[in-house]
Amino acid sequence: MTLKAHLMYADRDFSFRSVVPITEGEVAADLERDALVSAMAAGDPVVAEVATEALWNGLTDLAAIRYRQAALGDAVANSAAVRELYELAVEALEAERRAFLLGLVGRTPGSVLFRAVELLELLEERLRRLRAFADKNAARFGSVAFTNLFDMLRRELGDDYLGIVREHLGDLRFTDGVLSSARLGPGNKGVDYELHRIVQSEGWLRRAFGARGQQAYSFRIPDQDEGGARALAALKDRGIARVADALARSMDHILSFFKMLRTELAFYVGCLNIREALAAAGAPACTPTPCSAADAKRNATGLYDPSLALTLGRSVVRNDLAADGKALVLVTGANRGGKSTFLRSLGLAQLMMQCGMFVAAERFEASVCRGVFTHYKRQEDPTMQSGKFDEELVRMSAIVDAVVPGSLVLLNESFAATDEREGAEIAHQVVTGLIDCGVIACFVTHQYELAERFMTEGRTDVLFLLAERRDDGSRTFRIKPGRPLETSYGKDIYDRIFDDAGATTVPP
Amino acid sequence: MELARERRKPATNGSWITGTPSMTFHSILYDRSAPAVADMGATPECIRDLNIDQIIDAIVRGREEYDLAPFFLMPLATMEAVGYRHEVMRDLQEGAVLECVAEFADAMRSTRKILAHSAKLRTHQQTRLFLDAVRAYDAAVVRLCEKLERSSAKSAGLRAFCAFLAAYVQSEQFRARTSASGALLRELDAIRYSVRIKENTVTVGRYEDRPDYSDEVARTFEKFNQGEVRDYLVAGRDSIEMNHVEERILALVARLFPATFAKLTEFEEHHRSFVDATVTRFDREIQFYLAYLEYMNEFAASGLSFCYPHVSTDGGDSAVRDTFDAALAKRLRDAGREVVVNDFALTGGERVLIVSGPNQGGKSTFARTFGQVHHFASIGCPVAGSAARIALFDRIFTHFEREERVESLRSKLEDDLLRMRDILRDASERSIVILNEIFASTTRSDAYWLGRQMLAKILRIGARCVCVTFLNELAHGDDRIVNMVSTVVADNPAVRTFKVVRRAAGEPSYAATLAEKHRLTHDLVKARIRS
Repeated sequence: MTLKAHLMYADRDFSFRSVVPITEGEVAADLERDALVSAMAAGDPVVAEVATEALWNGLTDLAAIRYRQAALGDAVANSAAVRELYELAVEALEAERRAFLLGLVGRTPGSVLFRAVELLELLEERLRRLRAFADKNAARFGSVAFTNLFDMLRRELGDDYLGIVREHLGDLRFTDGVLSSARLGPGNKGVDYELHRIVQSEGWLRRAFGARGQQAYSFRIPDQDEGGARALAALKDRGIARVADALARSMDHILSFFKMLRTELAFYVGCLNIREALAAAGAPACTPTPCSAADAKRNATGLYDPSLALTLGRSVVRNDLAADGKALVLVTGANRGGKSTFLRSLGLAQLMMQCGMFVAAERFEASVCRGVFTHYKRQEDPTMQSGKFDEELVRMSAIVDAVVPGSLVLLNESFAATDEREGAEIAHQVVTGLIDCGVIACFVTHQYELAERFMTEGRTDVLFLLAERRDDGSRTFRIKPGRPLETSYGKDIYDRIFDDAGATTVPP
Repeated sequence: MELARERRKPATNGSWITGTPSMTFHSILYDRSAPAVADMGATPECIRDLNIDQIIDAIVRGREEYDLAPFFLMPLATMEAVGYRHEVMRDLQEGAVLECVAEFADAMRSTRKILAHSAKLRTHQQTRLFLDAVRAYDAAVVRLCEKLERSSAKSAGLRAFCAFLAAYVQSEQFRARTSASGALLRELDAIRYSVRIKENTVTVGRYEDRPDYSDEVARTFEKFNQGEVRDYLVAGRDSIEMNHVEERILALVARLFPATFAKLTEFEEHHRSFVDATVTRFDREIQFYLAYLEYMNEFAASGLSFCYPHVSTDGGDSAVRDTFDAALAKRLRDAGREVVVNDFALTGGERVLIVSGPNQGGKSTFARTFGQVHHFASIGCPVAGSAARIALFDRIFTHFEREERVESLRSKLEDDLLRMRDILRDASERSIVILNEIFASTTRSDAYWLGRQMLAKILRIGARCVCVTFLNELAHGDDRIVNMVSTVVADNPAVRTFKVVRRAAGEPSYAATLAEKHRLTHDLVKARIRS
């Protein structure tokens, strides 16, 4: 059997998708993913890579999410041991750079073999340490993921096995010459070279040429024949080419085992890192309750934007949400009133929950969704050949190509690059098209026209939220249930910036 | 104009087998009604002007060994000859048919390679390579025959070739050779010998099965396998040649198995010339289709289509939709740029297309496209476009702007007129004349007057003509003349659309039409997500 860690999935390796949807880069930028990922990575590029992939390649299977939640629980309870195991894998991978040189040009099977033997001796030592770690720590872990890992290490890396490895490494120095066999290939050139072990106790002729005493012929290359010596070395190399390849591959396999171990652990190390960072900022984290898509759940208490909390290094505004059974959440209200931050907190919570992490909230319960997409208004791009509005439509069209029923689409001031009436018309067409197919949408807009259309329709699957504004015009950055108001707040901001420079508000 | 056709020997100078009737096959490129070789329809000058040379270069690239360019230059005279190629080409668009033919071509190539090697090498190697070549050839022929028979191929060309192959592989000679080579190869394959190298001594002997130590090592570490890893196998030299140590080893192996090696020598003596001439000719000629199909496929990826033209020989209507200059399209595609497609039609009594409009607007490209489409239709190939009706022609004449020749004593205008005189002398009502910026070197009023004269002459001859000109008032009021114009974006005249149309178009776009264009209306969004 093959050694597998299976810390991320019960039944398979964690792997990176070969094709990443083009919309993903936009989602990452719109949700300010980098702050989250860099807090997880804490400077470790492998953790960053794994965290990024885990976040974007979310799980939709509830059991799979709970599997990671349980392993994460174990990791939190044994954080020092998990970090030590991770370090062990990282140290073993230091041999990787030396192994890389083996693949360079100018190598011969002889040189590959020699260096592979050396590196394997080093890796064999690392495997012994790994076994010892498993012996010592297994009892302290309770999750299925970690328990299986330690069982496997103790079973597969027994003393007998490690002894056989040592024996091979000794034989592969070929102190007694090379014995190989071949067949006649195209052009009668030797092919299918096989190498055979020379066992010391037997007469080699008898062994090599069978018991029937068939004939054999010998010749000797004169010492002064340099070409002959080179040809002989090449022939010898051909004999050991496959074993050199097999051994070097084995070395790569062991390295990839350590790499796999590191990758599977990296996610949990990242979770430990960000948990500590959020705790330092005084921000809470909760284990979310994932629900099936059919339940149409989406409700939270104390939901906040972890990127903002990490950037500011302090606790930020938290919102409650009760959107069970809603297909569209329409957030309207004052500019700079916390709408975008709210939208981001919702998107990030969904992504974090579906990769098996905790969520930046006091409590979070939501149906899993099949992919998160964002459509945000963009700054004018001078290199763009088509118009701005056209560009928005191109992006929206790409999203429509990518979404499936059950996807979550976050729209931020979309279709505002044209006249309000036309923008509202198109936004309405697109959004109703999406939610009528079972896509979940959250649309943030300061434009009244679009919100008004949905109000008039009186659909029950639409939730209206409003960025809170006190009577004196100041903002709380809280998002509460509420119907859209027709007044624009743009004038407020203008007034503050130009008439009352001393009282500029900073977002929380 | 009278079509002067001359029968010549086929370029392959092959002398195909003429035994029993089923054992004869003519050519996969020419049906029986067509002459094996036709006159050039387009002058070398015109091939260059229309960039047909660039297209052919791109088509035949990588197939130099087959010398295909002549096939792409020689037009066919009859609809039957064109239809013969269309049928074969359509057959080859079936994946299974294409695959077996391509596989055959590969096998023939490696047969040639092995034989070339064999000629250079010594005894035990040379005789073995000969055997390998015979095996490769026989297997390729049998496989092609079997697969073609089972395939959906229904063209007269491939069916006839298939019948030829069936008779060929059933022939006594072929069958005897295959069974002899098979038995011999099995004997050679059964040989396994052992080599021990210790210091300077090499010992060669017979060998019995023993476990491979490499496998044992690999098995020991199998449990760490996480998927594919790097290949560390140091490849032996590709060359089939041997060094003197290997030669000595082979000589000892031959001493260990003398009977087998004697048979190998005998085999070569008995089967010296084994490649059939008809098969050789097919192997070359079928490349015409493979090359063109491969070329068309490159365009399919960028959404540009080719179509089988409906071909006539009456010199009448030609009309193509969504066509493009294949030479330019290849360059644009390589640069990652979009290719604009155009339509053209000469129908009813229409004979002349006058193309005017802003510079750099795609006028010359349009004219070249017209010529290219006619040329490729005439050699029996699909043409650039989504639908096409093409009237064949006897000759294509072009008059494109030339660089001034320093040694020429004649003035540019005189040179232009002399060239026009030659064209008008040789053109018939079945000819195509393509004029690009004719008389650009003279004054506007001169050019206008001269242009009118030329047009009148062309109309009198009745040739079909495309005339690209900066003189937008050159022609009007004659049903035989169609005016076309290269267009610009309606609200930004600096931007060329590279569309050449019969009349100017371009209406302003509004948000709703934009949404429609991006398929973002409510109904379209729903339909897209559900699909």
